[in-house]
Amino acid sequence: MGAFTMDSRNLLLLVMILGLSQISKAQSPTYGVGRTPTAEEIRAWDISIGTAGKELPPGHGTAKEGAEVFVRKTCSVCHGRTGSGSLAPTLIKSDGKPKSPHPCLTPCVNDSNVMALHAPFATTMWDYINRAMPLTKEGTLKPDEVYALTAFLLYKNGVIQEDEVMDPQSLPKVKMPNRDHVALAPEWKHGAPRLQGYP
Amino acid sequence: MSSKLSGRRRFLRDSAALVGLAAGVVPSAGAQMSPSEAPPKDSKDLIAYGERSHYVKSVRIPVMERMSPDDFGMTFHVLSPLQDSVGIITASSLHYVATHRGSYVPDINPQEHRLMIHGMVDRPLIFTVEELKRLPYVTRTHFLECSGNRAKATHKTVQQTHGMTSCCEWTGVPLSLLLKEAGVQSGASFIVAEGAETVKGATSIPLAKAMDDCLVCYGQNGEAVRPQHGFPLRLIVPGYEGIHNIKYLRRIKVVEQHYMTYNDYGHIAADSRVAALNRQIGPKSVITFPSGEQKLPGPGFYEITGLAWSGSGAIRSVDISIDGGQTWTPAELRSPAYPMAHTRFGFHWAWDGKECVIMSRSTDELGTVQPKRADIAKYWNQPNDSDLQIRGLDNSVFPWRVASDGSVHNGLA
Repeated sequence: MGAFTMDSRNLLLLVMILGLSQISKAQSPTYGVGRTPTAEEIRAWDISIGTAGKELPPGHGTAKEGAEVFVRKTCSVCHGRTGSGSLAPTLIKSDGKPKSPHPCLTPCVNDSNVMALHAPFATTMWDYINRAMPLTKEGTLKPDEVYALTAFLLYKNGVIQEDEVMDPQSLPKVKMPNRDHVALAPEWKHGAPRLQGYP
Repeated sequence: MSSKLSGRRRFLRDSAALVGLAAGVVPSAGAQMSPSEAPPKDSKDLIAYGERSHYVKSVRIPVMERMSPDDFGMTFHVLSPLQDSVGIITASSLHYVATHRGSYVPDINPQEHRLMIHGMVDRPLIFTVEELKRLPYVTRTHFLECSGNRAKATHKTVQQTHGMTSCCEWTGVPLSLLLKEAGVQSGASFIVAEGAETVKGATSIPLAKAMDDCLVCYGQNGEAVRPQHGFPLRLIVPGYEGIHNIKYLRRIKVVEQHYMTYNDYGHIAADSRVAALNRQIGPKSVITFPSGEQKLPGPGFYEITGLAWSGSGAIRSVDISIDGGQTWTPAELRSPAYPMAHTRFGFHWAWDGKECVIMSRSTDELGTVQPKRADIAKYWNQPNDSDLQIRGLDNSVFPWRVASDGSVHNGLA
């Protein structure tokens, strides 16, 4: 055998080394454009609260405190003094059960889309109140106020008791009425029909 | 007026105009203008940025259910005038607009805008718009469609039945490139994408889709993305329900599971089949001419035309029925058939002047055929009547009824 030939075992080894180097290349940045955000920047920007609630900030609130925040932050101007019957979506069911389990896509001024009854996780409420309320002053509520408002809406819709304290531990554990009536789409795959067997 | 001119006089007049043009002189009495009508001076503004002829009146309209701007001054859902559309590109000014709860269009300075990628990644990253523009980019043609784009019997025009879809040329950086640059960790299965507008709209998108064909776009139809469509950055998620195409994109968080954001929760389903049908649109099409409230002047030749699209890939073929769906004849594709893009079709038609129902159906590259309402009713074991609610995104075959006087009406009515 000459110096430049190799047996199949060496060839295999070479292929493996090349393969590994390709993988390690794929795992390191290729372009080096952009910069690393500071931990503080990430904390300030990251307002996503997952269903497990692990991003929930320290704080707490009760329904009683929430009732007070609801008035003080003028939520009632858009949502109605009783949490229903005004321009913005109904927050507190007015009577009986919601008429339809379907989400409301148009004006949303009815009983069918009460968030405390429709959302499968209380974290969705906390996340949305925190990021998107009140109108024109979005993102200004303090964590205690968001916990209190969430507790208020959950209590008023019969989901929790009036004296239950909502905090990072208790909020994700609230058993929401719609929790068992939600299904996620199957795993998505490129080139697969959106639903096998559907006409 | 010009039809009254004799052939010889018309020849002399047109020749004079041509001579004037050849000499580089503006013709004072051109073919369409009398000597008394001096042409308006060109404006500096229009030299800088052009506008369409004032004779062209095609406009967007708000959906019937809620005014835009509404009582708060917010935009809700605004429909694109598909009846006037030509080709496959929607002018940015006529692209439909939808916001989840109603929103103001934010005024974002692109110099100050940032995109952060963080969560389950090895290297969190933050980009300026200029930095993103340094990266390799692609240009692709994709449609967007709102989940609310479903024809009702009360709708009169194609703008109302189908006007919440539009198609643009989008330019930007593949999201997969940015995610690879950040190094996605094992165990991740979704991303949460978020906008910078006041409500910070966010949705959960499968990581497999994010790594497949999503784009972080700064370009739309040859210029910067328009403010109504997400300036300075918009995420394009080809074929998915419109709400996933996050405007004013400011943050992507790589996460281990679906996050059930407010936007996600708004479209939840109790049945995983409905959830799948909610996520991505199937093959769909609609005839844009002749369509509702248009009128055929009399029997004779017409070119039936319309648009076809699918969330699963390119359109392979379109069929036309002029007898209410009993028989189907292939139409011609009159444009390139790009994946997840509007595709223009045409069909020669000699109308005999009798009442008839015309409809189109498309087939995509997976071989999936656009379903009739009857097929959908059968799948869900429901009666096929006017109460039939199409579950998931509605891609059903849509009929137009041409009356014997040439007037065109919603075939569901």
